[in-house]
Amino acid sequence: MNKYIIFIALIFCAGSSYGQLYYSRTGSIGFYASTPLEDIKAENNQVYVLIDIGKRELAFSSLLKGFIFPKELMQEHFNENYVESDKFPKATFTGNFTGSVDVKKDGSYPVQVKGELTLHNVVKMVELPAMLEVKGGMIMATAHLMVKPEDFQINIPSVVRNKIAREVSINVNANCSPK
Amino acid sequence: MKILSVQLKRRVIIGLGLLILVTRLPAQDNLLKVLDDSLKTGAGHSHVTGTFKATRIVNLQTVEAPARGDLNFTIQHRFGQLNSGSYNFFGLDNATLRLGLDYGLSDRLAIGVGRSTVDKTFDGNVKYKLLRQTDGSERMPVTVAGFGSVSYYTIRSPDKTYLDATYRTAYVGQLLIARKFNRIFSAEIVPSYLHYNLVPSAVDKNDEFAVSAGGRIKITHRMSLNVEYNYLLPNQVQSEKVYNSFSAGWDIETGGHVFQLIVTNSQGLIESQYLGRTMGNWGDGGIYFGFNISRNFNLVKRTVRKSVY
Repeated sequence: MNKYIIFIALIFCAGSSYGQLYYSRTGSIGFYASTPLEDIKAENNQVYVLIDIGKRELAFSSLLKGFIFPKELMQEHFNENYVESDKFPKATFTGNFTGSVDVKKDGSYPVQVKGELTLHNVVKMVELPAMLEVKGGMIMATAHLMVKPEDFQINIPSVVRNKIAREVSINVNANCSPK
Repeated sequence: MKILSVQLKRRVIIGLGLLILVTRLPAQDNLLKVLDDSLKTGAGHSHVTGTFKATRIVNLQTVEAPARGDLNFTIQHRFGQLNSGSYNFFGLDNATLRLGLDYGLSDRLAIGVGRSTVDKTFDGNVKYKLLRQTDGSERMPVTVAGFGSVSYYTIRSPDKTYLDATYRTAYVGQLLIARKFNRIFSAEIVPSYLHYNLVPSAVDKNDEFAVSAGGRIKITHRMSLNVEYNYLLPNQVQSEKVYNSFSAGWDIETGGHVFQLIVTNSQGLIESQYLGRTMGNWGDGGIYFGFNISRNFNLVKRTVRKSVY
């Protein structure tokens, strides 16, 4: 009898260690697609991020309308003509990471992230290195990746093709606090 | 006692099984689901953008205006009348145009100036967005903008020495009410009030009223077909035969440019001319072919700050 109770208790303890969730609603994604002809960049500072340290999983979700461009007209074209944010309002990422992170010990932990990036109704597997930095109980996640608009069926007309970079550079950072 | 213990054992095993099942659910999808749920509750409404591609459907003002710090340069060009015969190459020998500059003082307020060939007319205008259509919770179904314009023609008339600055001036007030129904279709209704300081004869009204309607259908991401009809309420202009202005256009957008290829029965390009003084008649070929070209220049860059949507 006692054996079972101890066993259940153990399971629950293990369960609670699973709940190492870190959360942010102010994550930031910036992208840069500048060419000598045109300066193209945008930033979204309202990215939702959830990191499960125990399970080594993480997820990002952002509204495409939240990307702010220095040029208003560019932002309108981004939403209307390229990502079609009225039809596909979100860009999301969900995946796993490998590498150990000790949340009790401050430091930088390089990890390898692998998962699905969804944009413009296209799901693509991506793998990239990232950094999880533990500081004072918070986790700062940073990553960088390159994507091709064409991989996400974002068509760029030939008239403006030379104005937009072939590969778009994306920077991600989020300061997550325990949930 | 022993039987009880066996039952308990079984229950514990089932319980454990369930527990494991729960913790082994597709966890990534759960994470994303949690995020999406909070994204839904956290997201406010956002302003609908791109109701029209240009600041005019053809001649009629749209609710669109340059964004804050953007300068729009517009060339509106009309050839002569189609029915002017082969000698005039069906109108292509003649041309009238308006050059215009519009600037966005804020995301709601824009000002503009222009100069037209017809009667050598200068005009100045103000457009202010009173209401902006929002999506999501459908809080605001339409965009409403107020538009005001003053025009002043400078053509010399030596035989009419009484034509002073006051007589040459006309005023227009419009309420632009537009809705983007979906990504393809947008429509607009515009009641207009016009005041001419001088009209040709005593039977003509100095104050005129018109109602316009127009819309666009997008045929690709970067092209749309537009039509507009401007109805001048009857019996306001008696001394001249005037027609209601009907125009159709084809918008082509390439980056910062919008090209509009158009056909219309109005030669005038500003409100006081095309609303109240349209002389062309579609029925007998009094049609003008033409185009509008607008180019957007970004003068003041927005600083990327905390995003708001």
